[in-house]
Amino acid sequence: MRKLLFGVGVLLAVHVALLFVRPEGASAIPTGEGLDIGIVFDMGGRGDKSFNDGAYRGAELAMRDLGARVRFVEPGDGSDREAGLRLLAAEGMDLVIGVGFIFTDDLTQLAREYPQTDFAGVDLAVSTDSAGAVIQPPPNLAALKFREEQGSFLVGALAALVSRESRIGDRNYTPTRRIGFVGGMDIPLIHKFEAGYRAGVLHVCPDCTVVAQYAGVTPEAFRNPGRGKELALSQYQSGVNVIFHAAGSTGLGVFEAARASGKLAIGVDADQYEEAPGYILTSMVKGVDAAVFDAIKRVQDGTFHGGIYEFGLADGGVGYIYDDANRALIPDSIRTRLLSLQDSIVAGRIPVPTERR
Amino acid sequence: MIGIIFLAQTIRIAMPYFFAAAGGVVSERVGIIGLSLEGFMLTGAFCTVLGSYYSGDPWIGLLCGIAGGMAAALILAVATIRFRADQVVAGIAINLLAIGATRFFLRLFFNSSSNSPRVVGFGGEQSAGGLFATFGNPIVWLGLITLPVLGLVLYRTPFGLRLRAVGEHPQAARSLGVSVNRLRYIGVILSGALAGLGGAYLASDQHQFTDGMTAGRGFIALAAVIFGRWDPKRVALACLLFAAAETLQIQLQGLQLVPSQFVEMIPYVLTIIALVGVVGRASPPAALGKME
Repeated sequence: MRKLLFGVGVLLAVHVALLFVRPEGASAIPTGEGLDIGIVFDMGGRGDKSFNDGAYRGAELAMRDLGARVRFVEPGDGSDREAGLRLLAAEGMDLVIGVGFIFTDDLTQLAREYPQTDFAGVDLAVSTDSAGAVIQPPPNLAALKFREEQGSFLVGALAALVSRESRIGDRNYTPTRRIGFVGGMDIPLIHKFEAGYRAGVLHVCPDCTVVAQYAGVTPEAFRNPGRGKELALSQYQSGVNVIFHAAGSTGLGVFEAARASGKLAIGVDADQYEEAPGYILTSMVKGVDAAVFDAIKRVQDGTFHGGIYEFGLADGGVGYIYDDANRALIPDSIRTRLLSLQDSIVAGRIPVPTERR
Repeated sequence: MIGIIFLAQTIRIAMPYFFAAAGGVVSERVGIIGLSLEGFMLTGAFCTVLGSYYSGDPWIGLLCGIAGGMAAALILAVATIRFRADQVVAGIAINLLAIGATRFFLRLFFNSSSNSPRVVGFGGEQSAGGLFATFGNPIVWLGLITLPVLGLVLYRTPFGLRLRAVGEHPQAARSLGVSVNRLRYIGVILSGALAGLGGAYLASDQHQFTDGMTAGRGFIALAAVIFGRWDPKRVALACLLFAAAETLQIQLQGLQLVPSQFVEMIPYVLTIIALVGVVGRASPPAALGKME
């Protein structure tokens, strides 16, 4: 018993002593110039070649150009997402960013609990009330949203135009009026891609058919390349030449099917050309980096306020890849057509739907 | 033509189920619940890609996949047989461990949290995704014979009789001089090898590993084991049935005939029906999940 008490006493003394030790660089109160930014990544974290990497690039730019200090938190599965956000908010960060629609509820809750801290959510879902009016997020929470339907419209037009060609790059195709789409989870966020894509296809080719399929009804549908490959194979076999995927890593299976069938696929979110060089027609990209940088810059300038920020074709928030790698796959006449379509959308002459009919 | 495409796709989709369900039968027949098939498969898939990537040979990748599944199964075997841990808890723990460990090593080896680089696989490149691509893949042939061979081993060999005895009545088996624990180790590790092979098929078919790529196939395989009443012949039919339902969904989804939610429920609904005994009585091995 005495030994035990002695041991506990020693541990207590050490513990108290250690309270006075402060490791270098671990200052509790942020000081000096520059903002303190906290970013919580979605599942996968850095290296996902998509969303999280985009957010990281935006933060990196802010570190370099604005002198911001950025702390990253990579949650594992499930519940520690909220804990990560809460930790950063409690540490008195100037801006806390959640990457991914999955943070919607947690961010809304925390924004109410910490009214002095600014929050931003990439792809934050905004709900509507029973009358159909949009419910605005709290005044210190910014929803960084993208007009995915606009980018999808353009790649839809591209897919339809390319499907009518008999020779793309160095391969021959049978021209077709069937255009493919593979979605991940069957939810409104992904329907937005489909709606824009479908509208784009039908705009340039009114008698084309869009074959749209989804990988499933659970979040697993975004991580099931086996299912993606089978869906794409059956579409290619039915005569489709080009498939656009909005399906996370399920889409990697679509690329694999494109290789196996010698046909084309369109990537999503980031430039995915490297996943299957020669088979990726283009990628519909979202400027997550620009959106994150923009939010940080607004906090720096004092112009940050809550609400909905939408990034579309006009401000480069969405777009498609056209560079040295895929130039050979997109004929000049089609490129010209796409540029004029883009102008029409930006000018508001072509309305792009956000919901399936 | 449509029929051939349908058949080929059904077989491709059934392939991971065949392997994993064979593993499930072996494991449950020696009395250890096959809850960690998913984890074995995921580990097998990752090790396959690791082996193929560094050797450039798909066969070495395949062996690595089997070894990976066996390694994960060894952990389960030690926990449940040697240390008598609760089988359900240990089984779920293995699945969680596999998810975390593969993600950790994915980043360590390939510096990505999403997917590995492309590796070699089986089957011809550039071939249309039809019959040739399906049956040009040697693992497909292996998968087609796995459950029939398992059936022969279980019912026609002394070794199979001992395996079954251990899962039905371990005390009786022991009184006849059968080493119960040794056979349980063999059963669980064999189940890891088979499920690992299922993961190897997935990974070599995709030519890469992606985070969480098994996407619940281990649980569908377990459902097939129960729906097939632990009998390899019926289990094989159950796997084919589940795969055919998926194929039908893929082929018909454009038509919107049946809601896709409904098709995704099929394996689980059938399993529940089998368990409550609507279609014949499903009685598991008597000593399943019990350690005396």
